[in-house]
Amino acid sequence: MTTGRRSWVDDALAEHDEVAREERRRGPTTEKEREQAVLDRIDRARRRRPKVREERITLAHGSGGKATHTLVEAIFLDAFRNPMLEPMEDAAALAINGGRIALTTDSYVVSPLFFPGGNIGDLAVNGTVNDLAVSGATPLYLSAGFILEEGLPVERLTEIVTSMASAAENAGVRIVTGDTKVVQQGKADGCYINTAGVGLLDPGRELGVAQAKPGDAVLVSGPIGDHGVTIMLARGELDIEADLMSDTAPVHTMVARLLAEVPGVRAMRDATRGGVATILNEVAKAANVSVVVDEDAVPVRPVVRGASELLGIDPLYVACEGRVVVVVDGTQADAALRALRADPLGAEATVIGRIGADPPGIVLLKTTFGGTRIVDMLVGDPLPRIC
Amino acid sequence: MCLGIPGEVLEIRADQPDLAMVDVSGVRRAINIGLLADEVVMPGDWVLIHVGFALSKIDEDEAKAALDFLAGMGQAYEDELIALSESKID
Amino acid sequence: MRFVDEFRDADKARALAAKIAALCEPGRHYKFMEVCGGHTHTIYKHGLEDYLPETITLVHGPGCPVCVIPMGRVDDAMHLADSPDVIMTSFGDMMRVPGSQGSFFDAKAAGVDIRMVYSPLDSLKIARQNPDKRVVFMAIGFETTAPSTAMTVLRAAAEGVTNFSIFCNHVTIVPAIKAILDSPDLRLDGFLGPGHVSTVIGCRPYEFIAQQYGKPVVVAGFEPLDILQSIYMLMVQLHEGRAEVENQYTRVVPWAGNVTALRAISEVMELRPYFEWRGLGFISHSALRVRDKYEAFDAEKHFAVPGVRVADPKACQCGEVLKGVLKPWECKVFGTACTPETPIGTCMVSPEGACAAYYHFGRFTRQRVREASATS
Repeated sequence: MTTGRRSWVDDALAEHDEVAREERRRGPTTEKEREQAVLDRIDRARRRRPKVREERITLAHGSGGKATHTLVEAIFLDAFRNPMLEPMEDAAALAINGGRIALTTDSYVVSPLFFPGGNIGDLAVNGTVNDLAVSGATPLYLSAGFILEEGLPVERLTEIVTSMASAAENAGVRIVTGDTKVVQQGKADGCYINTAGVGLLDPGRELGVAQAKPGDAVLVSGPIGDHGVTIMLARGELDIEADLMSDTAPVHTMVARLLAEVPGVRAMRDATRGGVATILNEVAKAANVSVVVDEDAVPVRPVVRGASELLGIDPLYVACEGRVVVVVDGTQADAALRALRADPLGAEATVIGRIGADPPGIVLLKTTFGGTRIVDMLVGDPLPRIC
Repeated sequence: MCLGIPGEVLEIRADQPDLAMVDVSGVRRAINIGLLADEVVMPGDWVLIHVGFALSKIDEDEAKAALDFLAGMGQAYEDELIALSESKID
Repeated sequence: MRFVDEFRDADKARALAAKIAALCEPGRHYKFMEVCGGHTHTIYKHGLEDYLPETITLVHGPGCPVCVIPMGRVDDAMHLADSPDVIMTSFGDMMRVPGSQGSFFDAKAAGVDIRMVYSPLDSLKIARQNPDKRVVFMAIGFETTAPSTAMTVLRAAAEGVTNFSIFCNHVTIVPAIKAILDSPDLRLDGFLGPGHVSTVIGCRPYEFIAQQYGKPVVVAGFEPLDILQSIYMLMVQLHEGRAEVENQYTRVVPWAGNVTALRAISEVMELRPYFEWRGLGFISHSALRVRDKYEAFDAEKHFAVPGVRVADPKACQCGEVLKGVLKPWECKVFGTACTPETPIGTCMVSPEGACAAYYHFGRFTRQRVREASATS
């Protein structure tokens, strides 16, 4: 690990020395200019092709933040590269025999399996339905692959599966194929579920975060961080109690109404691992725009806020499971709010920010206090195994 | 690490007087109040919580005094702005 | 949230800022050091420097207990974690601090049993629940945290728990401040005193700063208005030609400190003759270790730790950043080789480190931020 590090550290040092030489050649500069030069250099470094520097997979690679993105881009995208994969949206849009379908896949490794508001089965169905819905598709069919740990009580499995059946019916989808594997005791933490989902895309509608334009509004369909904090508390390691439930729910009806009533929707995303902040960063990066968020406008339940303060985490990075982030033409923001609020799941929908032109690729937060700070992509993994 | 946040004492555990159930914005946790042994801690008191221990009682009078001072600043600022806008030099 | 939100009022901030600006003497530049990492964090998080006139500079001090741990001690901790039957427990901030062989996080990925805890009491609980394992708590922090560690050891002793020990890396703030004052590189006009350390040690320990070095000190709270008010109080002192210790954080900090907490510390721990601080070198009587009376709970007595001094990597300039000599962006590897996801040094890893704070919050020049906010 250390040897690998020294080599790119040396590279960075060499680059710094080169830049420093250049600057000396150019002549004396003010402190502000020097600071700006460093910031520009950092900007260039950030835009460089991602490379995985670690020798081993760490929990950070699963957190949905920077490490996950780097891993996916550097290893998976690099190996599998094709035009359908590259947009890297929540679902892939595929043209088949004149029609268009959306295909998505997800794995659920949440611990504990049962928590206030639901269980791994609910997450599996709702999560997959939501990925399809935010891609603009009508969710139709799911697959469900189970990896079961030797020793899992059958009663628990039955509970999970009953929840899935109920969630599927509620969401208007059918589970049409599946698989079952069993692994030795000590692996799989009881149960892992993998799903794939297929939905029908509207031929006339193409959504994507790369379409965000300056002037667009950014909306969120309800209070953030409920799921992540619920899971964290349900783990029982922190001796904290609170009246809080996971927000897991299928959002397809709410989304369908939004799409029907508001033609100016550019993109939607399901806010799961990595939270709202991660999605905003994806938008900023994909469309090369700035996203300016108003801290006061972001809805957070007092309980979530309290738990976050207690643990020193930022709700913007905490997972949700039934919330949608919407980027919409600024002039249609009110219409979008009305459409979302017409659905019980979107009752607390709000505008949280705007898309701007500058600085490109960056998410800014206007704090309650009137200052502005950058909201970067999540680094590390504050809450492992949330979804 | 300097993370210390205010929480309200809900109840002192009868079986373990060292522990208090504290509420932080709706989140409840048992906090050790052993470091406040020299003081009387009662439900309704506010304490500063750091890594599972209460370090200090929050003095509500002092908090109010601090806020009054700040509000006074605000008023003075408002007054000045008004004075500025109303003053004419010509 | 009560006792938090009221101290985040933007209008009051502007009022304070105006008062601060009014006290600035033309042509004079002011440099104040905020010792505490928590203050650094608040200053950046709320963009407080935007509220101050250009002639006031805030210098970030070594008050981040994670940041000042030298690599050799991290290696020692990793060695402990890797010992047979050990469950290592640690606060979250320590997880990603790099030693010469990687961090706790890396070790965890390689299969070492390292668990994140919120409180040393959680670590003791793990010890009770795993009687066949030896549980070690990575004890870090200034005097703010030392009492909690001490109380946990006392509780372990009272309960007769035999498989719990601490790896004590508690440090004390006053020697660090003195080292800064004695450093020829810095000329400071005043100090924002650490808020939470002072709930334990009180305000009197800072009197030497005012009396011997002639610099004003204001013990400050952690909300934005606390910090602005404290800066205002410093400016008033300078304006009036005074150098005293004042307490802005009166709602939480008692002048005499917390006697129970101090008693707990001195019962369980004693000062080490000297201790190495990252960037500041060896400082005498600046850190704590477990007393012989409680050696049953001293990990260093039960396990053989390498105890090797490891120099910081060539590229790392954490030392200078910790002393306030270098600004984060002036470090050669800031933002390129050293980022939050690939940290080389502690200033970038700890959420209170100056580099992490600047990277996450201040990385954007104020001018561009104003422009961006204006157009969006």
